Amino acid sequence: MVTATMPATGRQKTRTRIRVLEDERWLALTLLTPTAVLLGLFIAYPFIEGVYLSLSASRVGVPGEFVGLKNFEKIWNDGIFRTAVWNTFWYTGITTVFKLFLGLWLALLLNRHFKGKAYIRAAILLPFIIPTVLSTFAWKWMFDPTFSVINWALFKLGFISARINWLGDPDLAMTSIIIVNIWRGIPFFAISLLAGLQTISPELQEAAAIDGAKPWQRFWHVTWPLLLPVTMVVVLFSVIQTFADFQLVYVMTGGGPANATHLFATYAYQIGIGTGLLSEGAAISLAMFPFLLLIVIVQLLYIRRVEVR
Amino acid sequence: MVEGALWRRWVFFYIPLTLFVFVLLFPFYWMLITTFRPDGELYQPWNSPRYQPFWTANPTLEHIKYLFEETLFSKWLWNTMFIAAISTMISLFCGVLGGYALSRLNFPFAGSLGTGIFITYLVPQTLLFIPLAEIIRNFKLGDSPWALILTYPTFLIPFCTWLMMGYFKAVPRELEECARIDGASRLQAMLYIIIPVAIPGILSAGIFAFTLSWNEFIYALVFLSSSEQKTVPVGVTSELIRGDVFFWGPLMAGALLGSIPVAMVYSFFVEHYVSGLTGSVKG
Repeated sequence: MVTATMPATGRQKTRTRIRVLEDERWLALTLLTPTAVLLGLFIAYPFIEGVYLSLSASRVGVPGEFVGLKNFEKIWNDGIFRTAVWNTFWYTGITTVFKLFLGLWLALLLNRHFKGKAYIRAAILLPFIIPTVLSTFAWKWMFDPTFSVINWALFKLGFISARINWLGDPDLAMTSIIIVNIWRGIPFFAISLLAGLQTISPELQEAAAIDGAKPWQRFWHVTWPLLLPVTMVVVLFSVIQTFADFQLVYVMTGGGPANATHLFATYAYQIGIGTGLLSEGAAISLAMFPFLLLIVIVQLLYIRRVEVR
Repeated sequence: MVEGALWRRWVFFYIPLTLFVFVLLFPFYWMLITTFRPDGELYQPWNSPRYQPFWTANPTLEHIKYLFEETLFSKWLWNTMFIAAISTMISLFCGVLGGYALSRLNFPFAGSLGTGIFITYLVPQTLLFIPLAEIIRNFKLGDSPWALILTYPTFLIPFCTWLMMGYFKAVPRELEECARIDGASRLQAMLYIIIPVAIPGILSAGIFAFTLSWNEFIYALVFLSSSEQKTVPVGVTSELIRGDVFFWGPLMAGALLGSIPVAMVYSFFVEHYVSGLTGSVKG
């Protein structure tokens, strides 16, 4: 022990300290202190500060007085905010359906034995690993109105005769963003669901096959119910991430054209940081909170139910 | 393998899998080819007869040269690496200790603290970035790497703690009890017996945390302002676009080179990364 070289009093102190740490409660308290300090300082405190900001009229460098719910009233009557709310729900809903369907399909494909499986699995995770901003730039370049390789391919295949202005038209711009989000999310779904599939014993499948179940029936009555707990958790994680997304829209359109593709987060950024209306920006991002809370509660209830079972 | 005739194998297996792999990887190919394509070829409209999408006859290094000579790209790479490494280490330190306490020690409120950590795990960065920007300014941390090193752990610690709890729970209690009977203190048992057993878990959490902090964008965008402090994602976004003009060659070169370090780390530890990813949702 290092303590042997310490002076007598130091050794005494170290001993008492170690004895205190023998008590589980003190040890737990000590071990959790760094976490508590960091999370308190940079999550709990900002949350309170955020609530305060959203109830006052502050701008950058100008602390404002208390104004009650005025900021919320203002954003409620803001047409762009309403579009952003609608966009966020649409974006979250539609991408989640596609990510689940395509991710599950890919997981089922990968849940077989074939040559080079390890490489394919490693490669398909790339969209999830590579920083979103950087891969989104590649997509933005592929969607470029004048130089789009996607237009070129569609034209050569005979699907279109004139250019598609992917990011210039409000509806198409949202669709483009949705495509990129699905692209980025498929690997996460596929790999997580694959891990879930691998815990299901193949004997169950075989037993069902012997009883005469068709492949589709085997999937629907055997695999899907057993996969449901993992699916629920994966979906809820993805829903939270997608609901609060920022990077993708920021890079692809910056909320445009004509503020048509904003989400909560990008609009909060534009108002709070872009124009410096801190309080309004804080109110816009806090408006996400009730929805996120609802999702978290659903998730906690679900986990508890599974644990009780 | 799909049972049945050859055509069934193609229709239900090879063709869909090939399509998935093609679509998932194509944007990276596009990044690569754009990086080495000279400007003259790059700016050919898609309906021009000279549009040559999949290959280039005159590969060039001019975009990469531009990146390193005209921008602070190498500094951004270094910043990103430094910030990701330090915040990962802080988070692992907190996460390992916290995970041990929450999974192995009996103390009041252990359950609700665990739930609390799980909830912070689900707090997205976009919920708090505006008040946090104010706090960072009040702490005089604005425009310094420490603004990110200290805030990234807020989304990394909950994840690390959660993952480590799973690993610690799987270590048999007898192992610790044996050490205690041999005279080890609780702290020693933790440091010399339990933590070494959980090394694979620590590695998984570390790799995953590293990729997450490399990927982080909004905090870096809001908290940093001067060019030499930026991280790769923010630097590329703000310095290679001037108004409406996109410097696509250097942009794609930056995206490619900014992805390589994280892809390398990933490729060395694929298995650990995957177990981190799946552990993070299973808990």
